Amino acid sequence: MIVKTGVPASIGIAIGRVHLLKEERIYIEKKDIPKEKTKSEIKRFKEAITKVEKDLDKLKEKVLNVLGHQHAKLIEVHHLILKDPLITKDVPLLIVEKGITAESALSEVMEKTGRDFNKIKDDFFHERKNDIFDVCKKIISHLIRKKIVSLKNLSEPVILVAHNLYPSDTIQIKESGKVLAFCTDMGNKSSHTAIFAQSVGIPAVVGLSDITAQINDGENIIVDGEKGIVILSPDEDTLREYAEKRKSLLQEERFFRGLKKLPTATRDGKRISLMVNVDVTDSVKVIKDISPDGIGLFRTEMLYMNRDEFPSVEEQTAIYYKFLKNLPNSPVIIRTADIGGDRAPQFVMREFEDERNPFMGLRGIRFFLKHPELLKNQISAIYRANVHGNAKIMIPMVSNMEEINAFKEIALECRNEIAATKIKSNLDVEFGIMVEIPSAALVLDSILGEIDFVSIGTNDLVQYMLAVDRVNHGVSELYDHYHPAVLRIINLIVQTAHKKGKKVSVCGEMATEPLAAALLVGLGVDILSVPVKMYLRLKYVLRSIGFEEMVQVAQNALGLVRSDDIKALLKDHVIY
Amino acid sequence: MVKKVIKVLNEMGLHARPAGLIADVAGKFDCSIKIIKDSAEINAKSIMGILTLGAAKGSEIILVCEGKDAEKAAEEIEKLFKKNFDEE
Repeated sequence: MIVKTGVPASIGIAIGRVHLLKEERIYIEKKDIPKEKTKSEIKRFKEAITKVEKDLDKLKEKVLNVLGHQHAKLIEVHHLILKDPLITKDVPLLIVEKGITAESALSEVMEKTGRDFNKIKDDFFHERKNDIFDVCKKIISHLIRKKIVSLKNLSEPVILVAHNLYPSDTIQIKESGKVLAFCTDMGNKSSHTAIFAQSVGIPAVVGLSDITAQINDGENIIVDGEKGIVILSPDEDTLREYAEKRKSLLQEERFFRGLKKLPTATRDGKRISLMVNVDVTDSVKVIKDISPDGIGLFRTEMLYMNRDEFPSVEEQTAIYYKFLKNLPNSPVIIRTADIGGDRAPQFVMREFEDERNPFMGLRGIRFFLKHPELLKNQISAIYRANVHGNAKIMIPMVSNMEEINAFKEIALECRNEIAATKIKSNLDVEFGIMVEIPSAALVLDSILGEIDFVSIGTNDLVQYMLAVDRVNHGVSELYDHYHPAVLRIINLIVQTAHKKGKKVSVCGEMATEPLAAALLVGLGVDILSVPVKMYLRLKYVLRSIGFEEMVQVAQNALGLVRSDDIKALLKDHVIY
Repeated sequence: MVKKVIKVLNEMGLHARPAGLIADVAGKFDCSIKIIKDSAEINAKSIMGILTLGAAKGSEIILVCEGKDAEKAAEEIEKLFKKNFDEE
């Protein structure tokens, strides 16, 4: 048994026979042609291009129908490549100058372009080489009248193994319906192939470097798209284990998919708002697909990462608007960037350099109030993007009233500025705070008048309550969100907020753990916000529990002193 | 000869679509249009050439147009950069 690790490109498990897609090495003989034939050789080349153009038109129509608009754009790029002077001018020139055939002239041009591409270090650009080679292969196949092997005629389900897959291969994979999964030597997370696999929902592992050299046609392999591994000649036990895993995954998936249209309500009919945690890089399509009750936490830190300058108002507005317009009837709670903490090294700012204890250092609102111009840009962008009136703003790492006042002052400035322009957007935006620092929880009653809602960030709240650094392995066993103190402070937050008629959400890891989620509902939390991939699972858990029962369980749990007892009590009542 | 230094400001850099737009606009002019980045110099009428520059966001390129409609060509191409290639 050999386990090969690559880049996980699309989740799922597949077990099956290998169909090795042989890299078509088209050997082109360098053949000289007599001078009087150069003219007809150029004509032959131009005819080949016209044929490829026609093929592309047909392909584009198919891609539009089968894969959608986004993929069809790729074909437009292929059309432009066909018009490229490197092909239309340089190739005929080479034919004349060197007296060689069209196919050898084209391959010379391609070799040079390939070398230029290999110099680029950026993966994203590097990958575009494939589009160009795909087009050129098509021209050559017309020139030498060789049919490119088709995947359409696969007679049985297979796992496709290839050095690389070209856009024209992927459309055939989709059409054949016989490809269980695929693995490739080349590729990375941003490859066309990875995006394709996710969109059609078949498992895929890419970037395996030499899988095609290690595998034989027809042998049995396992592809685990979640872990990004491929298992060659698996032993009996592994096969059995994966067959089980695959079966239960499929059942689970089918079952969860059935929940999409159902409301999130407990067994006894109490409606719970279940929302998603989202990042600026997440796919809107995937979010819409599970139709959540809203975005409970929209993280914006990524906008500031791995770059030399800060994101402009325009850039931010466009990104927020994309999410807001796609969920026009659901709240989207945008958290101003929580820069700092464990993410500090990814930012370019100097302030972070010498922080001894970054979790207690300059992060969240603390950082932004030292750089009000950055905060202003972000708030301004949220206001501008709020055309549909569904945006809410949430402030991270609040520890006192002064921070809220300072924040709101800047927000007022933004509103006044926008009101003076012709921009039409809704400036009536609710404010909320993240309660993650215990001091904010303890003085919550006095600051509630300034805000509209509260969200508990349990990950940080637990680490600050228990004084446990969540990235320090030495104390990791002390990190425990079932600690009675954690329950009590959450209870305090919920009771305080409800007294003033304000809603409470939980967007930390605690909301994604079935037992803890049930406990939070029992404590009266109004909204749970969880990662997209956990959404339907949590919906299932919430639909299985009884609300009245959980209220009682939560009350009993508040009276317990040991976290193990609390967990045991929950296990008795949360059955899903 | 018209020479302009331009900074790539759109999020995705000169990837396929912006490269296509540049090549398309450049192709409409008679003058020679070159883009220089670091040590590489390419024909702006070639989408493949532009792609091989690997110009990510933040990089600087030099646009060189030479010929009778050079002025206009440089202007049109700079315009594409200025409106960030209409990226969403």
